[in-house]
Amino acid sequence: MSAALAYYPGCSQTASAREYDLSTRACCQTLGVELNDVPDWTCCGSTPAHATDHALAAALAARNLAQAMDTGASNLATPCPSCLLALRTAQSRCENEGFKGRVEVLLGRPATLSIRTRSILQVLMEDLGLEALAEKAVRPLKGLRVASYYGCLMTRPVGLMAFEDPDNPTAMDRLFLALGAEAAPFALKTECCGAALGVPRKEAVLELSGRILAAAEESGANVLAVACPLCQMNLDLRREQIEGYTGQRSTLPVLYFTQLLGLALGLPEEALGLGLHNVGTRPVLDILRRTWASEDVG
Amino acid sequence: MPVMELSASQDRAFFEAVCAKSGQDLLRCYQCGNCTAGCPMQPYYDLAAHQVMRLVQTGQRKAALTCSSLWLCAGCGQCSARCPNQLDVALILETLRHMARRAGYNPQPRVAQFSRAFLKSVHSHGRVFELGLLLRYKLASGRLLDDADLAPRLLKVGKLHLTPTSTPGQAEVAAIFRRYEQGAGS
Amino acid sequence: MRIGVFVCHCGTNIAGTVDCAAVAAAAQQFPEVVLAVDTPYACSEPGQRAIIEAIEQKGLNGVVVASCTPRMHEATFRRTVERAGLNRYMFEMANIREHVSWVGRDKKLNTFKATDLVRIAVEKLRYNRPLTAKSFAVNKRVLVIGAGVAGIQAALDCADGGLETIVVERTSTVGGKMAKLDKTFPTVDCSVCVLGPKMVDLAQHRKIKLYAMSEIADLSGYVGNFEVSIRRKATYVDWNKCTGCGLCADKCPSRKAPDHFNELVGRTTAISIPFPQAIPKKASIDASSCLHFLKDRCGVCAKVCPVEAIDFEQQDEVVKESVGAVVVATGFDLLDIRRFGQYGGGRFPDVVTSLQYERMLSASGPTGGHLKCPSDGREPKSVVFISCVGSRDRSMDRAICSGFCCMYTAKQAILTKSHVPDCETHVFYMDIRAPGKGYDEFIRRAQEEYRTNYVRGRVSSVYPKNGRLAVRGADTLLGTQTEVMADLVVLAVGAGAAEGSRDLAEKLRISYDAYGFFMESHPKLKPVETNTAGVFLAGACQGPKDIPASVAMGSAAAGKVMALFSKERLESDPQVAQVNAVRCVGCLKCLRTCPFGAIQEVQARDGSTKAQVIESVCQGCGVCTVTCTDRAIELQHFTDNQLLAEVNYLCRSWMEKSPA
Ligand SMILES: Cc1cc2nc3c(=O)[nH]c(=O)nc-3n(C[C@H](O)[C@H](O)[C@H](O)COP(=O)(O)OP(=O)(O)OC[C@H]3O[C@@H](n4cnc5c(N)ncnc54)[C@H](O)[C@@H]3O)c2cc1C
Ligand code: SF4
Ligand code: SF4
Ligand code: SF4
Repeated sequence: MSAALAYYPGCSQTASAREYDLSTRACCQTLGVELNDVPDWTCCGSTPAHATDHALAAALAARNLAQAMDTGASNLATPCPSCLLALRTAQSRCENEGFKGRVEVLLGRPATLSIRTRSILQVLMEDLGLEALAEKAVRPLKGLRVASYYGCLMTRPVGLMAFEDPDNPTAMDRLFLALGAEAAPFALKTECCGAALGVPRKEAVLELSGRILAAAEESGANVLAVACPLCQMNLDLRREQIEGYTGQRSTLPVLYFTQLLGLALGLPEEALGLGLHNVGTRPVLDILRRTWASEDVG
Repeated sequence: MPVMELSASQDRAFFEAVCAKSGQDLLRCYQCGNCTAGCPMQPYYDLAAHQVMRLVQTGQRKAALTCSSLWLCAGCGQCSARCPNQLDVALILETLRHMARRAGYNPQPRVAQFSRAFLKSVHSHGRVFELGLLLRYKLASGRLLDDADLAPRLLKVGKLHLTPTSTPGQAEVAAIFRRYEQGAGS
Repeated sequence: MRIGVFVCHCGTNIAGTVDCAAVAAAAQQFPEVVLAVDTPYACSEPGQRAIIEAIEQKGLNGVVVASCTPRMHEATFRRTVERAGLNRYMFEMANIREHVSWVGRDKKLNTFKATDLVRIAVEKLRYNRPLTAKSFAVNKRVLVIGAGVAGIQAALDCADGGLETIVVERTSTVGGKMAKLDKTFPTVDCSVCVLGPKMVDLAQHRKIKLYAMSEIADLSGYVGNFEVSIRRKATYVDWNKCTGCGLCADKCPSRKAPDHFNELVGRTTAISIPFPQAIPKKASIDASSCLHFLKDRCGVCAKVCPVEAIDFEQQDEVVKESVGAVVVATGFDLLDIRRFGQYGGGRFPDVVTSLQYERMLSASGPTGGHLKCPSDGREPKSVVFISCVGSRDRSMDRAICSGFCCMYTAKQAILTKSHVPDCETHVFYMDIRAPGKGYDEFIRRAQEEYRTNYVRGRVSSVYPKNGRLAVRGADTLLGTQTEVMADLVVLAVGAGAAEGSRDLAEKLRISYDAYGFFMESHPKLKPVETNTAGVFLAGACQGPKDIPASVAMGSAAAGKVMALFSKERLESDPQVAQVNAVRCVGCLKCLRTCPFGAIQEVQARDGSTKAQVIESVCQGCGVCTVTCTDRAIELQHFTDNQLLAEVNYLCRSWMEKSPA
């Protein structure tokens, strides 16, 4: 894999999900995947724009696609499933010429959106593949029992995302297996965590995220892997709120899959932002250190 | 519930409009309830997703547009993935939300306030400025203490920026909003 | 020629929007027409009598009736003219109902069009020639494919009627799905107790020859004279010697073979007899599990078999039979449970298909009739049934209702209670379809007497929770979401056509629908016939149906066969293709095009190659006539001259006059 990728970080990755961005960049660098930031990128519009007006939402997303295409890139990747959905929705709606016309009026420039858009997870799985990833791993994730939580948008809508079995996605599970970890039989892989409703309807998010956390605990996992900044925020940052709401304590760390991958690739914890969590990530590191010590790696 | 008079109360034009705007043929819905069955937000809804579909089918414009569920939908797409008749239920709900906004119905002000605050933030900075967004929302909703516990935690790990990062793209984004507000592209 | 034209009013069906008298008056002027009248009902007894009288009094030798579609009454009127002494092909029909009065409102235009259609019929009739049918002998043996309850019934009825009957069954035992069921609705009587005696009758009937573990390799020929090749699959046991003692299975060390009879619930031995009442009761070896075939060792069965029936060298064998009619009764198969990922199908051991559940309930099943969860063998205290799984679901391209699952689900709920009285039962349903005799009462019993909790709504997902299964659904009547904990989840998986149905249909040259179910010839009036003469349908292969309906259809098919065989000779339809040998250049394009295999290659006396139509096979579809670039092949009764006469008139008339 040599061709450079246009990289669209998305707003969360500059703030509340900084560690997702850090670890994504670090992993890609180690793996030889060149990321070129979309010049001057702006917000994709996310759910609020979509909930307001489809043309407005598409225009906000389209601007970024156009920016990326201006650099001559033919491939774009973003870590955030919600951004990816916004970008893809714009692409798919603009196949309708009438709609595209409206978007162009708002955008003030032609909406050329033919760039291929994928998630970082998808790019790693498809362009590098499990074998290559496993080969580059210098430290096994042995001792970890990972519950992989995909969230609702990674596989849905099925027609638009076209990634994995929507009822039982296994990409992350397969990745962690290849990296030497165990995959916990986690039941609620694609259940919704409550998404952005955390602010206006907190109790809903606490209930739903609480359910996911409980299922992850039940699966016997010692770490919960995610690929979405909103999921991570709800499950990690809101942990005390969840505990207050459900009355169940939980110290299960919630890591981005790129952080776990980075550990396997031998990257230092600071490079992966492991100190930026609300729920401590130390237990994960402790387990791995023991493994590595006994296997004389790391 | 009062007696529903079947011919007079049915607003066919409303039904047709929802079908046309969403591109979905709502006559396909046979009320199996699968959309409701998987909906994570259902416990918070005043009307279940399938009931909203039924209201549209029977042309009950006001009841459909004033229901809170439209605003509570998380957009997770579970309903659409499950519908045996391939209806994009989430899209239908979203279409109704657009129509409700235009009609001036807003039964869940906090959700709308959050949406507005979010877009305002994008408008002003090109990207979301999380702290600004939260403050704006709090002021609009009067819920000053909501999530106050989160801020110190975010600040501690350097995740909550106190000032917005500015991006040159902001001007172009602002222009998009300006044209939108002037009614262009509709 | 002396032609008579009869313009029918069909009450107001035609006369309402066509001026029939005007059509008749116009027809009076057409060439060679000596009589043209309108008549209120041409098909009625007085209507037919008028036609006969006109033929006799006016010396007509050709008749046109302008009325409804030929599909409705062509045969009627052909008989009418025949009774007056004319050849039945000296008759033409103009369809002025479906093609005119029912589709247009403007009386003037309708009258104009009706007049044109009558004229076309007259023009064609002027070129008609009397045709006579040929006759051929019938081979009064019948082939039944598939020995589920429908096939068994058809075979027994045929054999009891004195016909020699060949039965071909794909698996190693007859009985089909019914043999796997525990009890049957709505009487809750033991399934194999009622089916068993019929299976034995089948095996012992003097007139029946059974080929189990066999499939149709090829079928050629035509009604009355089919040639069939049957592939007998190797069982590695000489069935002429095997006594069904079962010693081999007792001693077989390979005990992990997939148990297909038990729907993969539990395992069996590599050599086995599917179940105690199997017919034929013979052992067969599953080569994919047998150590002899896998590792070239073992051979224990060969050592213990008291009659030396084991034959590892056995090969598939093809045998030929000749029959005059075929009854297809290949039944259905359930959809693959793995398609239902949202319910954990194929992933969670305690999520099973309805047919697996029958085996779990059955006393002859793998648990001896004790209800146990496949995961850990515990007795379930809560069973959830989900209806319409893969039925009435357009997102899976399965819009059809599977017909019998509502009923068997109620039955299974009842049986669950009789196995484990303190077990909760919940049924998620959308509608309940129970139109049969005593059926709705049965559903009520399940709810009232057996306390089954019926929840109106679909299920979104099944997921593991606290060591059990959580079933998340909706109760649409209450407008709520529901969740219920289950130890066992039974999916009423939709019925599809039996595996391999499409292939079989191609071999038999019959049609099938989008789901692979075989097509009947007419949905109301010919439910047992197919579009290929001499091939009949019975049971669920035509669409999902329950046992009473399958049995009735089996008997109906047998009745059809006996009616067909009641004649010594059959007449072939003379409306077939005919090769003009002078024009034929022997390119044989027609032979390759004919969908019925009705064209053969022959050597002319001068040694050149020619095509020849096998009249009894030709269905008169006409595909060959348009393929032949040398215009050497023509369809009788639809010759080029006849068609051109129609077209010539139409084109000329349209150039000269067109409606205002
Ligand atoms: C779980 C369940 C419970 C049911 N319970 C009841 C009940 O209680 N009462 C009731 O009335 N009905 C019940 N039914 C319906 C019943 O099973 C059917 O009505 C009946 O089996 C139909 O009989 P059939 O002979 O048409 O088809 P099948 O039973 O499917 O038999 C077809 C036979 O043809 C054979 N075959 C298939 N393809 C070929 C081929 N190409 N060549 C040769 N042979 C072939 C098969 O091996 C099989 O032996 C139930 C169905 C299910 C799924
Ligand atoms: S998209 Fe909305 S309505 Fe549909 S399941 Fe998700 S939250 Fe419920
Ligand atoms: S899932 Fe589809 S068919 Fe069923 S109630 Fe919802 S919208 Fe209607
Ligand atoms: S019979 Fe009943 S359960 Fe089966 S598909 Fe039809 S409605 Fe659904």
